[in-house]
Amino acid sequence: MSEPLLRVDNLTKYYGSRLGCADVSFELWPGEVLAIVGESGSGKTTLLNSLSATLEPSSGRTLYRMRDGQWRNIYELSEAERRFLVRTDWGFVHQNPADGLRMTVSAGANVGERLMAVGDRHYGRIRETALDWLGRVEIAADRIDDQPRAFSGGMRQRLQIARNLVTGPRLVFMDEPTGGLDVSVQARLLDLLRGLVGELGLAAIVVTHDLAVARLLSHRMMVMKDGYVIEAGLTDRVLDDPREPYTQLLVSSFLQV
Amino acid sequence: MTTLPQYNFAYLDEQTKRMIRRAILKAIAIPGYQVPFSSREMPMPYGWGTGGVQVTASIIGPDDVLKVIDQGADDTTNAVSIRAFFAKVAQVETTTHTSDATIIQTRHRIPEKALSKGQVLVYQVPIPEPLRFLEPRETETRKMHALEEYGLMHVKLYEDIARHGRIATTYAYPVKVEGRYVMDPSPTPKFDNPKMHMSEALQLFGAGREHRIYAVPPHTEVVSLDFEDHPFAIQHFEQPCALCGAEQVYLDEVILDDRGGHMYVCSDTDHCEERRAAGHVGDLGVKEAAE
Repeated sequence: MSEPLLRVDNLTKYYGSRLGCADVSFELWPGEVLAIVGESGSGKTTLLNSLSATLEPSSGRTLYRMRDGQWRNIYELSEAERRFLVRTDWGFVHQNPADGLRMTVSAGANVGERLMAVGDRHYGRIRETALDWLGRVEIAADRIDDQPRAFSGGMRQRLQIARNLVTGPRLVFMDEPTGGLDVSVQARLLDLLRGLVGELGLAAIVVTHDLAVARLLSHRMMVMKDGYVIEAGLTDRVLDDPREPYTQLLVSSFLQV
Repeated sequence: MTTLPQYNFAYLDEQTKRMIRRAILKAIAIPGYQVPFSSREMPMPYGWGTGGVQVTASIIGPDDVLKVIDQGADDTTNAVSIRAFFAKVAQVETTTHTSDATIIQTRHRIPEKALSKGQVLVYQVPIPEPLRFLEPRETETRKMHALEEYGLMHVKLYEDIARHGRIATTYAYPVKVEGRYVMDPSPTPKFDNPKMHMSEALQLFGAGREHRIYAVPPHTEVVSLDFEDHPFAIQHFEQPCALCGAEQVYLDEVILDDRGGHMYVCSDTDHCEERRAAGHVGDLGVKEAAE
């Protein structure tokens, strides 16, 4: 834990003349979960897509410490390197599972795809690993040959998580992982995610508008407004003692049951 | 003859043939790579082998001897029509004998008789992209080929085993050419895949509707994809050909009546005829001399 995993310097993204996000800088350490919160249109998703190299930022850089210890600017990687990184060392959990899953192939193949992509050519072993991962995300073993189309929203989301974690990534990006799920399913998913993140020592960046998700999952959080990070700090500190007026508004407008 | 329009030799104009030959040369230089070319309208519908016909038209010369097979047979509509087409527009000699032909255009099969040096096998290809049904975006599949990202191909084979207990793909079985490009060997049965490996003949693939040409040069490695614990295997037939008694060949089922009667005969008609001429007789066959 002597070195960070990700180092972001002055990341800025413009869509034409319109600002997506501006001057974002932070460091992420191994095993740390960072939440990015803010209202719709505040630049959270733009930031996440830039960090995960889905979008090319207008300026700034994102350095990532590769497995061999080398620091690389992810926007300067060749496309082959970047795609390899994205499907081995990284994971991306989409809000809508259909974006992250192959809906027309079975659950087992969905989990196994990354293994096959890195060269595993043993059916039995791939299937065993898939079964193991389905178990870890609480999907019954007899559903392995079913397509995700036959799964409920919560199951799809858990399958997406299994599919991403199977190669043992070190960094996972999550875009509203609990969006569109009902509360009890959300609670289960959060519980599962928290367990997995702790158990595997994953670093994660979670974009959410739900402060409860941030509170439960993250160690640190950044609050965004109109493209700028207006407040950052330990999650409990930010939520219990918000400094900025906007953060105070955000925290106070959250419904308490 | 005076009422017929005068076509250029082998129907296509010289510039078009040059363009196609350039695509062919590029395809030969990069085995298994799909080279785009500007496919022309041919005087026959798509699905009849317009890609194969254009390739044949570009490489054929007055001295060539052409054989055309459809599902292994020389006497089906498609094969007869294309043979007649080239006999008319290129005045070339045509044949049904595999060993006499210099160019063999085929729809599904590779002849049973091993091809030799100097022969060219031209395939008619409907869908050249092996990843098409897994990844519908052409931009993405091209990128996957470029970066050699072929994990998805195994996802398809995985699905086969998960669903059927074995790799159930029987035709268009994906192959890796010379350790680099994954290629769709067109709708040939996987029975013929091993024949592509280290073949002495040049193999050219033309997809007219899809505007793609690809090639396997002679003596090129062609490996069918598989899993370590589910290795590639070709179809196996329980009985020999009913007419000529051949074994280890690809057979077609022929329905004999409406009471379930059927027999299995060689799909390669030329191979079957040659064997019968040489005196081989199957269960339902009759001795040549007795006819």
